[in-house]
Amino acid sequence: MAFAHKSLLGIAQLSTEDILTILSVAETFYEISERRIKKVPTLRGKTVVNLFMEPSTRTRASFEIAEKRLSADGINLSPSSSSTKKGETLLDTARNLQAMHPDILVMRHRAAGAPHFLDRHIQAAIINAGDGAHEHPTQALLDAFTIRRQGMPFGRLNVAIIGDIAHSRVARSNILCLTRLGANVRVCGPRTMLQPGLEALGATVCHRLDDALDGVDVAMALRVQLERFGGEALLPNAREYARQFGLNRKRLEHMKPDGLVMHPGPINRGVEMDPEVADGERSVILEQVTSGVAVRMALLYLMAGGSPDSVVKES
Amino acid sequence: MGDSLLIRGGRLLDPSSGLDLVGDLLIEDGLVAAVGDVGATKHLEELDAEGLLVTPALVDLHVHLREPGAEYKEDVRTGAAAAVAGGFGTVCCMPNTSPPNDCRAVTELILARAAEAGLARVRPVAGISMGLSGKGLTEVAELKAAGAVALSDDGHPVGDAGFMRRALEYASTFGMVVVNHCEELSLSRRGAVHEGEASTWTGLRAQPAAAEEVMLARDLLLVGLTRARYHAAHVSTAGSVALLRQAKSDGLPVTAEVTVHHLLLTDEACHDFDTNTKCNPPLRSETDRQACVAGVLDGTIDAVVTDHAPHSPNDKAVEFEDAPFGVIGLETALPALLRLVERDELSLEVLVARLTSGPASCFGLEAGTLAPGAPADVTLTDLSLRHTVRPEHFLSRSANTPFAGWEMRGRAVTTVVGGRAVYRWPDGLLPHP
Ligand SMILES: [Zn+2]
Ligand SMILES: [Zn+2]
Repeated sequence: MAFAHKSLLGIAQLSTEDILTILSVAETFYEISERRIKKVPTLRGKTVVNLFMEPSTRTRASFEIAEKRLSADGINLSPSSSSTKKGETLLDTARNLQAMHPDILVMRHRAAGAPHFLDRHIQAAIINAGDGAHEHPTQALLDAFTIRRQGMPFGRLNVAIIGDIAHSRVARSNILCLTRLGANVRVCGPRTMLQPGLEALGATVCHRLDDALDGVDVAMALRVQLERFGGEALLPNAREYARQFGLNRKRLEHMKPDGLVMHPGPINRGVEMDPEVADGERSVILEQVTSGVAVRMALLYLMAGGSPDSVVKES
Repeated sequence: MGDSLLIRGGRLLDPSSGLDLVGDLLIEDGLVAAVGDVGATKHLEELDAEGLLVTPALVDLHVHLREPGAEYKEDVRTGAAAAVAGGFGTVCCMPNTSPPNDCRAVTELILARAAEAGLARVRPVAGISMGLSGKGLTEVAELKAAGAVALSDDGHPVGDAGFMRRALEYASTFGMVVVNHCEELSLSRRGAVHEGEASTWTGLRAQPAAAEEVMLARDLLLVGLTRARYHAAHVSTAGSVALLRQAKSDGLPVTAEVTVHHLLLTDEACHDFDTNTKCNPPLRSETDRQACVAGVLDGTIDAVVTDHAPHSPNDKAVEFEDAPFGVIGLETALPALLRLVERDELSLEVLVARLTSGPASCFGLEAGTLAPGAPADVTLTDLSLRHTVRPEHFLSRSANTPFAGWEMRGRAVTTVVGGRAVYRWPDGLLPHP
């Protein structure tokens, strides 16, 4: 049985079974990452284009490593996608890419829905590596994978996501992913960062951090974009944010004693969390990075038509 | 010329005169001459309307014809052709062209183009402010003399309350109605979708219902102050309908319109990032849609319009947030609205009223009636004709419709303007005799 989707545009399109399949395939690739020789020939002869039209270091590096470990031919393109700058349109880009016949297109774009647009114009499988404030499905999958590797069952899991939920693709994908897996998700932030309608996605809304953290297994802090302070009037400044919504040692006492601290990176230390929390024993932030490679290998493998049942044999 | 035409045996439905009977309609010299049982006649051109609905040709208060300046999207001729193909005999075109229609020369250009086309009647709406800039009144008396029928900066909300007050006072001096596109920009930030379900799922920048309601509420207070005639363009929220209902019961001289797409669609249509669902105001919630339908039913909303806003495929084939606002509607309006009749949300009588006598009285147009002596603009509609919306067959130059592929029941089959059949389905435009 092959993976049933041509492209991975968002968690919204995935069923619980789809997510569990991806996580279990990722498990196999995680083991490969622990071997001395980490390279397998699985995607030899396949062309993967990494189209990053918005700056990204970490996600792109993670995909590139995943592609190399699978022996795929990875090509990096980073054209500017500024809406004000005249030049090639996204449709032109799509047509040019199609002419190169890639097998998989990994795509990051500033505009929500850009991967959906490209998906209608290109035959290659598309993996959404982040589109505007819409979705970042691979981040959510790697977060779920990280949680599962810590031995936490999703059915009894309570997760708090803290920060600028309204403008976060990570938050939207994580809410969808974790609730589909059976977890309870609370979101927390000032009301300027929590759009109405979050309940429709399956989340519970809290405005006080201590309420959000009360008894949770996982506290996931989002990166705040410092430029959103002041001008857009979402919050007065970073200082107030840190005091009201930043994670510190004292606040973590509200969580379960063995609760995890997560962050999609890169961290603004002293804003979203104190350095001692980021580097503390409950932080799995670096484990998230390692998981990211395994999950992306799993997705590349599945999108290239690999069978979820025979990963080990083939690799 | 033998300028007489007999439309025989149709169901004559004319809300302006309370007419609803099966009978004949006699047209002489471009005017309605008689209705009812005209009896035997000789040497007349006849149109068999048996089994068809015969109404005044439809009137659309809100279209964008893009000429001058963006003729690659639409021009007066293609827009007027799309109009008659949809059963519209009169369309009022908004002034946001390039250059904008803020002076006699542009108004006259549009009227000249419309006369050359000889299809639908095109009645220009001129700007309230010079350059649609929100500053500097236009020459209202001059524009009216040139043929403008109303004033609006559509697409550019009048943000300055003081200017709006002066515009209302000045325009009313000359009996002109002021039309505002209500959108408080500091709240809407020109968001691509409605703030609600669509933005929750897509993460797109959104505009809340309050962005429209804040400005409409302000305008209604200014109407109370000035007692000037005011018309609210494309209202789309439950809150707006409630504000208008109150204003009308308070006796304020206000009228309002709603678009076809806001009566048929909700923001759910935006979930797949289809840019042909991006319009301004954005598609709203189901609650808002139902409130708009209720407003049409009880007369709070006087007119149903298309806000026909053509854009080329290239304009729309971009990222959702970068795509221009607007959908076309002239050729799908009537079939789409007939769905509401089929679903029992609207009665046929009310629908025809909001497409004929309702809009005509908003702008004081000599249209939308079959009263003897009126211009003979008539639409014959086959209520049971099944067809599929195929944008490639549109007479409009653009194809940006959210209704592509919809299976429809009912459409205009003949459109008569000034006593002459100008469109017949499926043949298309009819040549001048
Ligand atoms: Zn408008
Ligand atoms: Zn408009």
